[in-house]
Amino acid sequence: MVSFSSQLLRALALVACGTVLAVTPAVTQERPAADPARVDALISGMFQRVSPEWRARTELDPTQRTCTERRNQVSAAEADAVQARERASVVLPPDGNFLGDWRKGFQVANNGRGFQFSDPAGTVAGGNCYACHQMDPREVSYGTLGPSLAGYGRERNYDPELIREAYIKIFNAQAVVACSNMPRFGSSKVLTIDQIKDVLAYLFDRQSPVNRP
Amino acid sequence: MGRMRGIRALVAAVATCAGIAGALAQTQDESEREIERYRAMINDPMANPGYLAVDRGEVLWSQARGTKAVSLETCDLGEGPGKLEGAYAKLPRFFADADRVMDLEQRLLWCMEKIQGLDTADVIRRRFSGPGRASDMEDLVAFIANKSNGMRIAPQNSHPREREMTAMGEAMFYRRAGVMDFSCATCHAEPGKRIRLQGLPDFSAPGKQAQETMGSWPTYRVSQSALRTMQHRLWDCFRQQRWPEPAYASDGLTALQMFLNVQAAGGEITVPSIKR
Ligand code: HEC
Ligand code: HEC
Repeated sequence: MVSFSSQLLRALALVACGTVLAVTPAVTQERPAADPARVDALISGMFQRVSPEWRARTELDPTQRTCTERRNQVSAAEADAVQARERASVVLPPDGNFLGDWRKGFQVANNGRGFQFSDPAGTVAGGNCYACHQMDPREVSYGTLGPSLAGYGRERNYDPELIREAYIKIFNAQAVVACSNMPRFGSSKVLTIDQIKDVLAYLFDRQSPVNRP
Repeated sequence: MGRMRGIRALVAAVATCAGIAGALAQTQDESEREIERYRAMINDPMANPGYLAVDRGEVLWSQARGTKAVSLETCDLGEGPGKLEGAYAKLPRFFADADRVMDLEQRLLWCMEKIQGLDTADVIRRRFSGPGRASDMEDLVAFIANKSNGMRIAPQNSHPREREMTAMGEAMFYRRAGVMDFSCATCHAEPGKRIRLQGLPDFSAPGKQAQETMGSWPTYRVSQSALRTMQHRLWDCFRQQRWPEPAYASDGLTALQMFLNVQAAGGEITVPSIKR
């Protein structure tokens, strides 16, 4: 952790000299942490006027609690506990069939709507994969918070075992990597099983633009 | 007059630029170069429509309003009653009379109620301007923040409550919640990342990115044709975070601003800026 007061002093000293442009991080003493009860009260104060369903979304489940407290840097034992808990919530496709329709999967990957307070009731939520991942190599508008998934199925020889693993990854990213920044799409009910199968087909169907050379 | 002409030229330039940018958005590099060029074109203060908000704010500041029919000119923004120069650079800060840490919006609402006896419900209803609907808060913040131009962001930490607010803002920054498990840090804790094509500033470390960001708000948002303050930016980020809508001028937003300003300490204030 970085020291707040020493940085501030440094910044002020530099300001006084009129030379500051960038404040370099100086790590010396710990910044005192906030009282968790006061933080909870502060946050609940922001949402006095929202519905109980919306308020519930600001309460942390055990995994969110761990990842928040550790700032995603969990120990091996904590990671095991998170992954075991999250793996238990994964539901495999009842028909044993993992791949849906890649064209519908593109819609899921491209759609960033859903669960925002500005969304009208009944909005169909997407996975917004393109916000964080490259997928179709010809699409220029993609984000970089996650790794590139271009050529994903092709590079994995369309291996059924890897298809199954990717399903689990999308259903619950933290079943695989504790405190991943990727949402737990299936367990959080952001996407349905069918939507996950469609987006999986977008990654693994031989006809999908993701796998075009 | 000159300003209006400049603004008409700007609107034309923006339209042309949007066309060019759309046609050329083939690679990340190209679109970034386009945005740079566009920034240079509109960096002329006389052509920045944000200055219309500054002008309106100046009128509002000295206008007698409320049940007491007085102006805001005796409002103390931390540097003494009516003293505007450099006040924004030190906000949010602790105010003994209110016994609270307040950002500029919170302090203005407090002065409207205490000094003017103004109905702030109406002011809050118009917190974000829209077509044909001006926002007193956006205009006042533009006017007051502009009085700190050329000064450095100087986060306050002499009062224990200021230190506590900063620590609470930091805790909020890393708090993961909502259906997508997002925190501010999901999007703003690594350098050089982007969502789709939008670059994401990294606020996890003090320095240039935080300084350039915090030193450039309030800003005129070309895409919204409106001057926006940090209240609006954070409101929009809560939306993207899939958290509920935060109450305007609530203490949680002040805590986040305290933390962001600490990361931005020493950054130069140049406002209103102009952004996408
Ligand atoms: C907010 C960001 C974000 C979103 C949205 C997101 N991901 Fe991810 N994803 C990540 C990150 C970060 C990783 C790498 C860390 C990890 O493996 O958990 C990742 C990893 C993956 C992997 C594993 C890659 C490998 O190592 O083989 C797959 C597959 C994947 N994502 C698919 C998807 C799909 C499909 C969607 C949309 C339904 C999606 N992601 C949405 C951030 C995101
Ligand atoms: C899911 C993604 C996401 C989350 C979560 C998020 N932001 Fe943002 N943030 C963005 C995007 C996208 C932008 C706009 C960047 C642009 O316009 O180029 C942005 C812009 C900003 C800016 C202004 C940057 C500038 O250069 O002017 C600030 C300040 C900011 N965010 C703070 C926060 C804070 C504080 C939180 C948490 C309460 C947060 N953000 C959560 C995506 C996010």
